[in-house]
Parts: sequence; C-alpha cells; structure tokens
Amino acid sequence: MNNRTRLQELALTAPSFVWLCLFFLIPTLIIFTFAFKPYDVYGSILDGWTLETIYNLFNHSFLVVFWRTIWISLVTTVICLSLSLPIGYYLARTTSKLRHIFLILVVMPFWSSFLVRVFAWKSILHPEGVFKKMLVVLHIVNADTLLLYNPGAVLLVLVYSYVPFGILPIYAAASKFNFDLLDAAMDLGASQLQAFFRVFIPGIKAGILTSTVMVLIPTIGAYVIPDVVGGHNSEMIGNKIAQWIFVDRNLPQASALAAFLALLVLVPMIVLGLYSSRVERNSITDARGKQ
Amino acid sequence: MKDKDSIVFENVSKRYGKVLALDNVSFSVKKGEFFSLLGPSGCGKTTLLKIVAGFERPDTGRVLLDGEDITQLPANKRPVNTVFQNYALFPHLSVRENIAFGLQIAKRAAHEIKIEVDQMLRLIQMEDQGHKKTDEISGGQKQRVAIARALINKPRVLLLDEPLAALDLKLRQKMLLELDLIHDEVGITFLFVTHDQTEAMAVSDRIAVFHHGKVEQIGSPIELYESPKSSFVAAFIGDTNFLDGRVAEKMDEDYSQLMLEEFPKILCYNDKHHAVGDLVHLSIRPEKIQISREAPPKNALYNSFQAVVEDVVYKGDHTKFWVRVEGYRIAVAQQHSRFLLDEKPIRWHDVVWIWWHADDGFMLDRYSESDEKLTQEPSEKIGATDARREGDAGE
Repeated sequence: MNNRTRLQELALTAPSFVWLCLFFLIPTLIIFTFAFKPYDVYGSILDGWTLETIYNLFNHSFLVVFWRTIWISLVTTVICLSLSLPIGYYLARTTSKLRHIFLILVVMPFWSSFLVRVFAWKSILHPEGVFKKMLVVLHIVNADTLLLYNPGAVLLVLVYSYVPFGILPIYAAASKFNFDLLDAAMDLGASQLQAFFRVFIPGIKAGILTSTVMVLIPTIGAYVIPDVVGGHNSEMIGNKIAQWIFVDRNLPQASALAAFLALLVLVPMIVLGLYSSRVERNSITDARGKQ
Repeated sequence: MKDKDSIVFENVSKRYGKVLALDNVSFSVKKGEFFSLLGPSGCGKTTLLKIVAGFERPDTGRVLLDGEDITQLPANKRPVNTVFQNYALFPHLSVRENIAFGLQIAKRAAHEIKIEVDQMLRLIQMEDQGHKKTDEISGGQKQRVAIARALINKPRVLLLDEPLAALDLKLRQKMLLELDLIHDEVGITFLFVTHDQTEAMAVSDRIAVFHHGKVEQIGSPIELYESPKSSFVAAFIGDTNFLDGRVAEKMDEDYSQLMLEEFPKILCYNDKHHAVGDLVHLSIRPEKIQISREAPPKNALYNSFQAVVEDVVYKGDHTKFWVRVEGYRIAVAQQHSRFLLDEKPIRWHDVVWIWWHADDGFMLDRYSESDEKLTQEPSEKIGATDARREGDAGE
C-alpha cells in the first residue's frame, strides 16, 4: 500500500523532475563548471582549472556595471511597487465594469511581442521621434537633450515593461482584502493614509512580496532593454555576458558572470522565499486553529 | 432636560439613487441609554448608524452629539466607536494589538497603552489570550475583542451594527447578557442596530422601530409590545392576530363595537378614538386569548366565541392552537403553569371556547400589502446564513 503510493508519487513527479534536470539543473552546472576553465584568445576552452575568470569579475570596469545593475533594478522595483499599490487598490475597489476595462489595459501589452514594444520605445524616444519633438516644442527639453541611450531611458522602459507584473499580484491580494477593515481603522481614529499603511499594506503583504520578486528578478537579468534603448553608460550585467560571449568569444568569462548573476538572484529569492513560506505557514496554522 | 441628550437626529434624510433610505428622521437618544434601532433589512437602521459613525453623510438634516453638530465631521475625528457586524478585527495583529490600535493612533505612551489594554482584557475576561492571533479565537471571543477595541477609546457612544448576527443562538443569548453587563459597567450610550426583535427587547431601554426609512414608534419594549401604534409594529414585535373590521358603534368613551364580515360583533378598547365607520385592524396577541372546553365566566367586557381546533403545536412551556371561528383562523397560545398530564388536553377537532378581555385587543390603521411580506418570520434564518457566509470568507 505504502510502496504503491510512493511509486505513484514518483510517477507523477518524474516528468517535471526530468524536465527541470535536463533544461535547468544540467545547464546551470555546465555554466558553473565553465566558470572555472582556462581559455585562449581564439575562443577555445582549455583543459584544467583556473580562478582567473573570478578575479576578472572584481576588475573596476565590471564593478561599475555591477553597481549600475543593482541600482537600476532596485529603483525599477521601487517605482513599479509604488505605481502598483495605488493601482491594485483602485482595481480592487472600483466597480466590476471599470475593473474589467483596467485589467484588460494592464494585460494588453502582452498581446504584442516584448521586442516590438522595446523597439517602439526606441522610436518614441528617438531624437527625430514625435515625442521628443513635442517636448522640444513645449520647451520641456531643449533640442540637444538625448532621451535615448542613457540610464534614464533604460529605467523608463524597464518600469513600463515590468509594472504589469507588479500590479497583478498586488491586485490579486487586494481583491481578497476585507475593505471593512479600513472603515474599522478610521473608526478607531486613523486617517485614510494611516489606514492604508497600517492595515491595507500589512493585509496584502504576500502580494507585495510576489510583486517584488516578479519585478526585481527579471530586472537584474535584463538584457534586451539596456541593449536597445541604453548606451555604453547604461550597460547592465546581461549586456556584459552577451558581450563576452558574442564579441570576446570568451565563454568561461561569460560563464563566471552568469554564475555570479545566478547567485546574485538566488540571495533575494531565498530570503523572500523563507519569509513568505513563514507567512504561509502562519496562515495554514491559522486555518487549522479555526476548525 | 436638553443636556441629557446624547445623540439628537434632526430631520435626517438619505437617498441612494431611487431608494429613500431615511425619510426625515428626528428623535433623540438619552445619555447612558441602551437604545436599539430595530427593523427589517433595508429599513434604514444601518444607514442611520453609519451616519453617526461618519461613514455616510445625510443629504439633509443634522446629527448632534452632546449638543455639538457632528454631521460634517470625518469618521476618524468623532468621539464614537463601532462594533462591526463581522467584527472587522485586523488579521495581521494579535488580540492585544487589535485592542491597542486606537490608542496607538492617538500616540499614547506605551506604558499607558499596556495598562489600559490589560484593563480591557480583564473586562472581556481574556487576560491570558492577548498574544493570540485573531483567527485563533472563537466567534464569541472575536466579538468581545471587537467591543474592547472600541471601548478602549472611551467613546461617548458605542455603535453596535448587528454585532450578534454571526453567532449561533446559544452564544447570541450569552453575548447579549454580557453586552448588558458591559453597558452597566461603562455607563455610556449604546446604539444597537438589529433586525431581531427578541434581541432588542431583551437589552434595550428604548427601541426605535424603523420601517421604510421612517421611525414607526419609539418606546420601551413593554410599550411597543402592549401598545403598538401601528399594524407594522404590532406584527414586527411578537406574534399577533389581525382581524379586518369596521368600527360599528361607539359604546361609551373607552369602548367601541367592531363589525367584522361573517363574525360576531367584537368589543374593543378604543384608545386611538377611531370614528364609527373607520376601517381598522383588530390586533389581538395569541397569549391574551383564553382557551377552554368550558364556557367562560360571564363578563360584559369579554369577547367569547365557540371555535373548532384546527392545529395544535405543543412547545413544552406553552401550546399554540389555531382555531376557526366562522371564516377566521385565530392563533391562541396557552401557557402551562400547572402539571399538564393531569388535565385532559385540547385536541384537534375539539369544539372549544375562546375569549379575551376587551382591553387586550387594540384597533390599528390598516397596513398595506407590502408590509405584510416584511412581517413574516425574520430572525433565526438570517442570522444562520450570515454565520455561514462569515465562515466562508475566513477560509
């Protein structure tokens, strides 16, 4: 009996286990192995082991890229969250008709290809583009200001691209929130702002955590956006990896950086994962206590 | 006299789209009173409570609290606190933190907050439960925490919005007693919204019966039951028989003869001085009617008829009979104050006498068709579905 349920369990998990091993675990291991391999200028990977690739990561030109990646993704996450919170709140409170319209608007960008949308931004921000010309006419910028190829442009397009991933989890959490609690808070003397921060925000904590992960992780690994709308002064880790693979033909160096990026992403993931599983476990024991 | 008023409503009206939720309501609640707003759902009682709490603004009229106009004051600036229907406890906070919420918003010192929360936990007899999360305590305890969370702010009025609706019957009766005790202890005005007349009767000093956004009658529970001013109040508070009739003859200053279609004439006390020819309801409570196999003693003020028993429902402390007199079906309740097995009980199809004193019937204006629907069996079922819904939401 017990053996049979074990077999069933194995049979059920095997496909996804094999899938994850083949396409996730093994490639990751390959990358981690390559990171410690010597290389030559022709792009070959040599036998033996070395730590040179790791030393190279601490070279000044890379550290600049590293810090830039960190601040751009943190600022993107903060902006996305501060947009998502009021939007998610509004979506949960508005009439169902307006809610449907807004949700469609939030999801609509996904109807067209991500690449197309990024290139669309390039033409919007282009020095000869309509938007730029309009700003010049309105005397908001002068004709020499460059809207493209700088960290600002990267930030703008990152926020544009990932804000739906911030809104949806927060909306999902907010739609389950009991808004009577805000009345209760105000009844007890809280202002609207106090009620929002002391009752609403803690009430949708799980949604905020998910939003953070959904925005922060892909932003750290961003490649297309800084490549298309960014310039040399807005390179991110993703661009550096691409450069080392395609231009320098230096797979071990690129692998070292990719491995580093993976670890970089893993740290906040583990922290948030532990935290949210604690939140979840609490809510499970709560549910048990109720029965 | 005026300074004894806690809350005064002056010509308060509120309209939601086409529905007139409150129609020019004026009355006052005395200081320290346990005052109930009673009525069927949609009668405007909750709207009035929300107007006091500050969650709604009246379209016209004013609300005075201790003589001060609070109509335009935002909810968080009013010295009143609410106990919500489904408690609305903050799920991310412990029992203690929930109770402390108001004081923390008021930026009171931590040691003061601790002392006052301890006091409140003692009042609601939950000294050892302060650390628990709100999902770890029972429905009755949640209710008490909600009351403590409101009372700790020392409100001048405590507003209770159907606070017992989500509890089961036993717990509801227990909480009702506790509410009464807490009211005696803190001595502030309680404004209690309920659709359940037994709840309101049990604890209130006075009750305002609402109907279609208007106050039908305000009075003590006894006044409402024994001397309802309208058919609606008579039907909503307790059980009653309604017989349609016409005032046929005025006997003297106090009594009139009533003429009913195909029914013997009825003598009835006429305190509202209906004129001869008026169409009225005769309302007579089932327990005021005597029932017996023997003919009643002779008394000029007795209305007595021979009747046939159609239904008998034995309920332990009393039995309910439905008897037929000519074309009319009349409910009669007989209390059992003596050992019943020694008596020969009245059964189905027995021919019996029923009689009541002319003082026990009262004449009321006719009520309309739509009122009749509202008077049918409100309480128990509504509470039960609410409780289930609350449970679902918590999953």
